[in-house]
Amino acid sequence: MDLNTINAIARPRSRGELADFGRGDAWLAGGTWLFSEPQPHLTRLIDLSQAGWAPLLVSEAGLSIAATCTVATLDALKAPADWIAAPLIGLCCRSFLASFKIWNMATVGGNLCMALPAGPMISLCAALDGVCTIWMPEGGERRVPVADFVEGPLQPALRPGEVLRSIALPREALSRRFAFRRASLSQLGRSGVLLIGTLPATGDFVLTVTASTRRPVQLAFADMPGPNELAARLAEAIPDALYYDDVHGRPDWRRHMTFEFAEEIRRELAEPRR
Amino acid sequence: MSFVVNGMQHDATPQPGQCLRTFLRELGWFGVKKGCDAGDCGACTVHLDGKPVHSCLVPAFRAEGLEVTTIEGLGVDGLHPMQQAFLDAQGFQCGFCTAGMVMTAACLDQAQRQDLPAALKGNLCRCTGYRAIADAIAGHKHADGAGSSGGRNVPAPAGPAVVSGKARYTMDVAPDGPLQGLLHMKILRSPHASARIVAIDASAALALPGVIAVLTHEDAPQKHFSTARHEHVTDDVDDTLVLDPIIRFAGQRVAAIVAVSEAVAEAARDLVEVSYELLPAVFDPEEAMRPGAPVIHDKPVSSRIANASRNIVAELHGETGDVEAGFAEADLVHEATYQSQRVQHAHLETHGAIGWLGGDGRLHVRTSSQTPFLTRDALCTLFNMPKDKVRVFSERVGGGFGGKQEMITEDIVALAVLTTGRPVKLEFTRSEQFSASTSRHPMRVTVKLGVRRDGTLTALSMRMVSNTGAYGNHGPGVLFHAAGEAIALYRCANKKVDGYAVYTNTLPSGAFRGYGLSQTIFAVESAMDEAAHKLGIDPFAFRRLNVVRAEDPIVAADHVAHDLSFGSYGLDQCLDLVERDLNGAPKPKLSGDWLTGRGMAVAMIATIPPRGHRAESRIRLTTEGTYELAVGTAEFGNGTTTVHAQIAATMLGATPAQIRIRQSDTDHIAHDTGAYGSTGTVVAGAATGRAAEALAEAICTFAAAHSGVDRATCRLVDGDVMAGERRISLVELAEAAMAKGVALSGIGHSDGSSRSIAFNVQGFEVAVHRRQGEIRILRSIHAADAGFVINPMQCRGQVEGGVAQALGAALYEQMLIDAEGKVANPTFRGYHIPSFADTPVTTVHFAATSDSIGPLGAKSMSESPYNPVAAALANAICAATGVRLRETPFTADRLYRLVLDEDGRNALRRSEARDAVEPPFQAQEHAVAVPGE
Repeated sequence: MDLNTINAIARPRSRGELADFGRGDAWLAGGTWLFSEPQPHLTRLIDLSQAGWAPLLVSEAGLSIAATCTVATLDALKAPADWIAAPLIGLCCRSFLASFKIWNMATVGGNLCMALPAGPMISLCAALDGVCTIWMPEGGERRVPVADFVEGPLQPALRPGEVLRSIALPREALSRRFAFRRASLSQLGRSGVLLIGTLPATGDFVLTVTASTRRPVQLAFADMPGPNELAARLAEAIPDALYYDDVHGRPDWRRHMTFEFAEEIRRELAEPRR
Repeated sequence: MSFVVNGMQHDATPQPGQCLRTFLRELGWFGVKKGCDAGDCGACTVHLDGKPVHSCLVPAFRAEGLEVTTIEGLGVDGLHPMQQAFLDAQGFQCGFCTAGMVMTAACLDQAQRQDLPAALKGNLCRCTGYRAIADAIAGHKHADGAGSSGGRNVPAPAGPAVVSGKARYTMDVAPDGPLQGLLHMKILRSPHASARIVAIDASAALALPGVIAVLTHEDAPQKHFSTARHEHVTDDVDDTLVLDPIIRFAGQRVAAIVAVSEAVAEAARDLVEVSYELLPAVFDPEEAMRPGAPVIHDKPVSSRIANASRNIVAELHGETGDVEAGFAEADLVHEATYQSQRVQHAHLETHGAIGWLGGDGRLHVRTSSQTPFLTRDALCTLFNMPKDKVRVFSERVGGGFGGKQEMITEDIVALAVLTTGRPVKLEFTRSEQFSASTSRHPMRVTVKLGVRRDGTLTALSMRMVSNTGAYGNHGPGVLFHAAGEAIALYRCANKKVDGYAVYTNTLPSGAFRGYGLSQTIFAVESAMDEAAHKLGIDPFAFRRLNVVRAEDPIVAADHVAHDLSFGSYGLDQCLDLVERDLNGAPKPKLSGDWLTGRGMAVAMIATIPPRGHRAESRIRLTTEGTYELAVGTAEFGNGTTTVHAQIAATMLGATPAQIRIRQSDTDHIAHDTGAYGSTGTVVAGAATGRAAEALAEAICTFAAAHSGVDRATCRLVDGDVMAGERRISLVELAEAAMAKGVALSGIGHSDGSSRSIAFNVQGFEVAVHRRQGEIRILRSIHAADAGFVINPMQCRGQVEGGVAQALGAALYEQMLIDAEGKVANPTFRGYHIPSFADTPVTTVHFAATSDSIGPLGAKSMSESPYNPVAAALANAICAATGVRLRETPFTADRLYRLVLDEDGRNALRRSEARDAVEPPFQAQEHAVAVPGE
């Protein structure tokens, strides 16, 4: 929709030009959320699309995703054969409520910065131990694990003027076995529950709970737990108030489905490697 | 800046925060539609360098240097193959989503075409139920252009314009000609549910450059009216002002800002200062009826409000026979309360109107309406203008479903035009559509059935409490209609109905597909199923025992409508068709996690609303040898325009292509009540039939005189006239008539009296996940008794669309009202309407009947397929799980606990869940000597 209070667009091409972020400013990445709701408090958009950040970098270290990389570009990645967790990329892209048309515009960074429980790029990057690189307005940068970057609905760990530059997914995480479960109140609808389990190289088990909770919750186990231990850890880690409550699912259902899926994932991953 | 759109260069600069959608429309590309303006519906899909995007989310400046393609530029030489495919399969109804749907479908690769549920998740269609869209993409051809008349799959006349983006909807006009200097209106709406406006200070707003006027209650006529449109204005209560100093719901108009652009109007709106005195509010209809509740409308008896001091806009009490005696002789008495929620029509074209003063000194209003004539009449009354000084028309309307049987934009636009003397446009946002238009009436219905052990109904009573919201538009009509066919369906000597339509401080309810029947049929058909199961009788057999038969009188609770009769009767066939299909297949084989079951429900509907529904049609032979037909009916996906052409063609021995239709314009004919109550075919179509018959007679009479043969030897054949042995072309005849000063024309009228009965039976087979509560529809089967089906392709589409829309209400949709009375989910992201992925294919059967009342033997079939769906689904879910759901929507997050509980798998959870099992409206069951118990 038209954002009628916007009176200027900045199109910075270098980091130096990012510095004058002020009141009434917003970073514009894909624009798919900014332009979907009235933004009466905004007067200027700072368009990051001209910053020239390479969308995807594949290296020995793993995958670096620019914040401005579109979902479509990420989905089209031809991952190295040993990244056996790479199918999670497609699974998470398909967990968007939005269609492939939105993927042409929406960005990975934008999804993280929205910090909504159902943000599937949050699920992906948190489950694969992603680390955010944040540019600070005074210069310099800091790193925050994706699981900590999302502090609650619409609450990313960004201070005014900070900008999410990229997300690094380590090669080790991309090479894990994984299991994926998702539930929604409608077919292909917004995620109400999204759980990803992975088996790190050290042989333990990591479970990442998203969508059902207000922020990502990650549980790491030294050994593959039994069903009771898993349920106990979940109950301990996620108090009732942490389950999200909105039109996309009642919290008690989200809790129930979280336990269901966690146990399904545990059983799937407990089977030995074939 | 320079933009290339469809190969044409435009030098123009968008506003910094402007989206591509509005920018393209400013450049004249009206094929780019607004459904939601928020990226959810896909109606605005365009291609950017060949990639499909939602243009409402694209910052316009980013399109510079890219190739923009809209629906108008998709076909290189004539129609693109995908446009042709949508035409061949008639993959549209109102057509408002079609441009976006085609633009998306044209980009799909073969893998995406194999997975349409995912590929089309970003395109919402409210009309079709998606089957016709799937058929288009798969290359099916349904349209039968060669067919001449009734019974053939004649394509919609507007089809080529719809698929190419040229069909003009309400907002698709450039601001030139009479619209030069078009002003834009934004409405300041109340944040409070109940308040008195103490003062409005518009000085800061008026000081903003570009602001032309700020209209408040002091500028508006002090005449009460109803936004509801009916043939008789006295059917509704006079409780509404164009602008009212008393606020009765959050979202009500406070002031209208008129400015040179939407941006200025919006900015000015935020500068208007209003001081309110807050008043107590009441949101629940039962509470609102209690003594001492805040009185929402302190109005005199002349307003026609039934009991203003108790907030009752209308009430109804009727009894036939003696229900107490009936319950006394029953072996089983079942009583329970069923609740239907508030849902939105969600037509993709929002409400909107453009008004101006013409060079002829008249007020013209171009609007998105099902009732242009009644709206014209209402404007005349409101502003004291004679009918010949006001013209109201609709060109093509992007969906209605009852939501546009209402005057909720035209009055304020007219006020602004009359105040400023300039053209003014008001277009609702999608959020306004949710929070400030109308909805279905939420209803609590308590049904009590008395049944003998042999299955005979001995008594049937129903208590309805309908939440009409802050204003009474359609409150009485919906209440009375709801009380009718739902129980007239059953032959039972003792029936009783009590009903209340009650004011609350929530947004007004209004006309909605089914007009009350979807709510009461959910209740009665669920109750019938519960009784059948308790008695151990098959639900089909139980219906056959008790449904009204062709020879029976048609009796609701208190009266017999004298103009209502069975012009045909096809319920027996419908029951047989659904039963055979539903129960004929083997049980589905699914994993042990899935519980499966089958359920059914019946709906009956009078083909025309009671007490008069009038139409006029005029047809004339042109000198080109074609026919020009003027009808009142608006086209909003109902397909009636096609049917008018088919009826006229049948009467005139012509092809539908020879009939050119002008419609829904108060300048064309004298009066048309409107396209509501499923009357487009059976009332307006009847008028067209009569007009065409009169014209055929005039043509034959003239041909006889012209050729000097006996009238009896003249007839219309294949577009020519046979006068004895001589074949005369219509062109020759028309020229001869003109030379002699004879007008070859016909007028037909219909008054909507003599009404017939149509039936619908819905069956579902469902699977429910025993631990997760997920509901999957395995099969959907529908049988409709529509009389003679004039256009099977279109009629099937009406049924499929009705079932899909009803599945939305049964499974997903719910307008949530927060503690302050505001709509909490006013977007499609928060209010999920069925997408392609959610919509099962419905097998549609038609009963073989022909009606003695309707035109060509037809009966209405547009609202009614909606009505049995929720109950059939609840009944199937109960058959699968043993859980009886008495409140829509049925969602996994409620159902899982109840299913788990029945299943007894999780003792801990079961004890927690016990409170949740009980439906909020205490269901009571009195079992007396039930066989087998």
